[in-house]
Amino acid sequence: MAEGKEQFGEEVIVAIATPPGTSGIGKVRISGDKALKVADKIFYSPADVKLKEVESHTINYGFIRDLSGQEIDEVLALVMRSPRSFTREDTVEFDCHGGMLPLQGVLEAALEAGARLAEPGEFSRRAFLNGRIDLAQAEGIIDLINAKSSKGREIALQQLRGRLSEHIGQLRSKLLDILTGVEASIDFPEDEIPELDQTSLGDQLEEIKSELEELIASSRTGRVYQEGIETVIAGKPNVGKSSLLNYLLNENRAIVTDIPGTTRDVITEMISFAGLPLKIVDTAGIHQTEDRVEKIGVEKSQNSLKTADLVLLMLDVSQGITAEDLEIYRLVQDKPLIILVNKTDLPADLSQEQIEERFSAQPVIFISVREETGLQELKDKIYEIIMGGRAAGDYDYIITRLRHQQALEEARDSLKRAIEAYRDGVPADLLAVDLKEVLVKLGEITGDTVAEDIIDRIFADFCIGK
Amino acid sequence: MASYKYQYPVEYEVIVVGAGHAGSEAALAAARMGCRTLSLTVNLDHVAFMPCNPSLGGPGKSHIVREIDALGGEMAINMDRTMTQIRMLNTSKGPAVHGLRGQADKVKYHQRMKSVLENQNNLDLKQDVVEDILVEEGRAAGVITKTGLLYRGRRVILTTGTFLQARIIIGEATYNAGPNQQYPANRLSKALERLGFKLLRFKTGTPPRINGNSIDFSQLQEQQGEEGLSFSFLSEPLTGEQDSCWLTYSNPETHQIIRENEDRTPLFSGEIEGTGPRYCPSIEDKVKKFPEKDRHQFFLEPEGRGTEEFYLSGFSTSLPLDIQIQILRTLEGMERAEIMRPGYAIEYDCVASGQFDSTLETKLVTGLFTAGQINGTSGYEEAAGQGLLAGINAALTLENREPLVLKRSQAYIGVLVDELVTKEPREPYRMMTSRAEHRLILRQDNADLRLTPLGREAGLVSDQRWQYFQQKKNEIEEMREYLENKQLNPTPEIRETLQELDSGSLNQPATLEKLLRRPEISYQDLGEIVKDLPEFSQEAVEQLEISIKYQGYIERQMQQVEKFKKMENKLLPRNLDYSQLSNLRQEAREKLNKIQPHSVGQASRIPGVSPADIQVLLIYLEKRRQQQGENG
Repeated sequence: MAEGKEQFGEEVIVAIATPPGTSGIGKVRISGDKALKVADKIFYSPADVKLKEVESHTINYGFIRDLSGQEIDEVLALVMRSPRSFTREDTVEFDCHGGMLPLQGVLEAALEAGARLAEPGEFSRRAFLNGRIDLAQAEGIIDLINAKSSKGREIALQQLRGRLSEHIGQLRSKLLDILTGVEASIDFPEDEIPELDQTSLGDQLEEIKSELEELIASSRTGRVYQEGIETVIAGKPNVGKSSLLNYLLNENRAIVTDIPGTTRDVITEMISFAGLPLKIVDTAGIHQTEDRVEKIGVEKSQNSLKTADLVLLMLDVSQGITAEDLEIYRLVQDKPLIILVNKTDLPADLSQEQIEERFSAQPVIFISVREETGLQELKDKIYEIIMGGRAAGDYDYIITRLRHQQALEEARDSLKRAIEAYRDGVPADLLAVDLKEVLVKLGEITGDTVAEDIIDRIFADFCIGK
Repeated sequence: MASYKYQYPVEYEVIVVGAGHAGSEAALAAARMGCRTLSLTVNLDHVAFMPCNPSLGGPGKSHIVREIDALGGEMAINMDRTMTQIRMLNTSKGPAVHGLRGQADKVKYHQRMKSVLENQNNLDLKQDVVEDILVEEGRAAGVITKTGLLYRGRRVILTTGTFLQARIIIGEATYNAGPNQQYPANRLSKALERLGFKLLRFKTGTPPRINGNSIDFSQLQEQQGEEGLSFSFLSEPLTGEQDSCWLTYSNPETHQIIRENEDRTPLFSGEIEGTGPRYCPSIEDKVKKFPEKDRHQFFLEPEGRGTEEFYLSGFSTSLPLDIQIQILRTLEGMERAEIMRPGYAIEYDCVASGQFDSTLETKLVTGLFTAGQINGTSGYEEAAGQGLLAGINAALTLENREPLVLKRSQAYIGVLVDELVTKEPREPYRMMTSRAEHRLILRQDNADLRLTPLGREAGLVSDQRWQYFQQKKNEIEEMREYLENKQLNPTPEIRETLQELDSGSLNQPATLEKLLRRPEISYQDLGEIVKDLPEFSQEAVEQLEISIKYQGYIERQMQQVEKFKKMENKLLPRNLDYSQLSNLRQEAREKLNKIQPHSVGQASRIPGVSPADIQVLLIYLEKRRQQQGENG
């Protein structure tokens, strides 16, 4: 590639190496030329052991701390030196406490310390490219790459349509405008290119930086391990949404009442559910309303439906299927969906057949929140849908988000450097290097390249010609 | 196949068709590397002719001229001996994008280059029109000319410029002719198609030439040359009086006339089919695309000292001559201007990308090379760079030596060729510094450090140049050592001097190298701090100031280059049938089959080849390696 990230190499890579779910122990694996150096940045041993100095194939007790010194987990570190490891590169494996939060924390710390997230199948690919595994296994890896990349593309496409990409697109465009001006004046010094407005350039860059910071902040809360898999409980008013939320939280955080429309805002709570971080969103009942306060709530719920990873659509078995139910269904039918038929403790006005006819092919579970029936079945179903019955260790979804986060942070760092360089009065050719780096990083999220874009813009924006 | 009446008794090793900027470099390189070489041209009075601007250089382009010089080519020296003005552009924008621009004396430039060719050992320069290429068993074997001669040769380099099926358009008048009314090469175009080449149609244009006696220079802004500059690493700076260029502008009246005559504009009437360059739009294009601009800027460049002709840069046009006269006379200082030669557009055939590789040898015919505008580029510099490379590679392959492939991280010529072989050009390709991702490393000041060793290895760099180069390199080393070892103690006098220089204070001992990192301190300034500061040549000082001051940035780019190298060094086999790699996506298979990239790095730059496809290629290569290991 003329620019952008390289395809493979001795860069240090990291990934969670054990399948998600609750288990006693989880593994984070780091591999690459400088794996030990990266590991030592986050590993602290009471005996002051440095992993760089220990013998190969030894197990070392210690703690993981992030770069700010915050302790994350107690771990055992297994050191395997090149070539005696799976990838034939220097490798460190941290045995951590199981569950997503500590594992994600250790992963995050390793990323901060200079590793990058492994691509799907990358450990195996390196093992193959370094001659560690044979031809038959290689075929399997090709399948893996093809399968993952198409899935990755799917996710990328979804996100392209999403809010993040729209924001990034705007930032990119502003940066491209600035860089185009710089490049045009470099390549066509004799043409009439308006001089860059030196005073406003710094302000413009600062503005873009603060927008980028905001984006990082919002995507940070969007990270799976913090915000979790966004699960929206949807349904008409008084169908039992808040009761379900309360059940799931085991505490009374949302207002529960029998008056329709009391949950006026969107309420979100995080729970650790079967080892998966779930962000549960209880929406205001979606229905037509004239109440202004309530109207805001309803709009917010409709928005949260758009971003949901999973929707639990609640029906009231005692009321049958109403027009309102169908209206909500229309909004969410393309999402991963579970139909929850609540209040089975009340007399039913709704049969299995009617449901199948209306909501064909959607999973349906009959529950009673009041009597706590059907809830285990619901948990199993949620787990099944989230994990999609996929192979263990498949983190595409999480990885895609974390990768974006990483790219955004790197873009911000490059922009900081650009601003510093600008304040120091560096010449245009150096400023352009920093600005290009920001664009390349943002392009890793959106898939855009820089060089042709700039050249196209130069010719579109400026009248150039000998 | 055209028939021939007579076979010329000399059998050549290299035949170069065309003696423009690409052809001259190709013929000189081959002959200087010891090959018996023939240079054929339609008209001997147009050797190294400049049918467009009487100038060389500008950012990116001057980088190429310096690279040609560093490799042992002729362009820079020829320019230094015949130019009438030289300036350095972009001096405020950083060393990587400094660019020289020079005005040539068009006639002298041609005359001197012709004389160099005439006097070159191993080289015959002849006038004839090549109409066909002799191919035997898939290999180039010679050329057949209009006069019925067969010249046998083992390597053939086509540098046909804009001559293939050339057609000139001036308003309603169109006729078949090469640039400046020369004889077009129609039969050769057909011969290439017969051999299986796919041709593209491109268009370019040139402005009218004005008699200087009819221009009122008193109304125009003057642009003078600068002292102390030259293109070649071997030349002394240009001395003596320099000629000036002049600036003039269009106005709403000019634009109004152009708009009123849109129906007589070949560009918009469909008369012109070829794709023109965006960086060199005609005046009618500018007015249409930028209606909000009420003036455009033009440079009047002198064509040489033996003539009164001026080239009106920026005024390229194919409007009918009567309109050209009308609009010209609306410009400042041009009220009584007389056109001596009208502006015109020219359409021509070129070879579509993917038909030659990074050595510039064609894939269809072994031993046949193409270079210059025939490959879809524009500009004398871009042409000369390719001509030089084709000449070197024709010679190297004759000796069964490894051909020279310049990497993107080594040279602008490398960037140029890489893009020509991987991307379908949408327009005549012009070099710009923003095309080079390793721009900080590809500077014009260090072209010799990057390339002279490669030119020496190829056998093109003369002893004189090599000696000069080594001297410079040694001096740079010596100076670096001095700067890194010379310690400075923070005495009160030194602090005072630093204050006078508007620089920060010094609290701890530091090396001169450290001090030179400060942006405000030059090597010359150090003379006020250190007694008996040794003198080094200007070239050495320049290299060290740049490499020390921009160290952080340069190191970052070097790291990128290192990463890049891994993929560039993964070579793909020639003539690989990618349709058999079933894991590649369909689009990638088609593109890879068409382009046949030489490395995985190059493959990754082909539009339509995804990162997943690259992984498949890497795995294929590793499998192949393992299998070959098993078999022996």
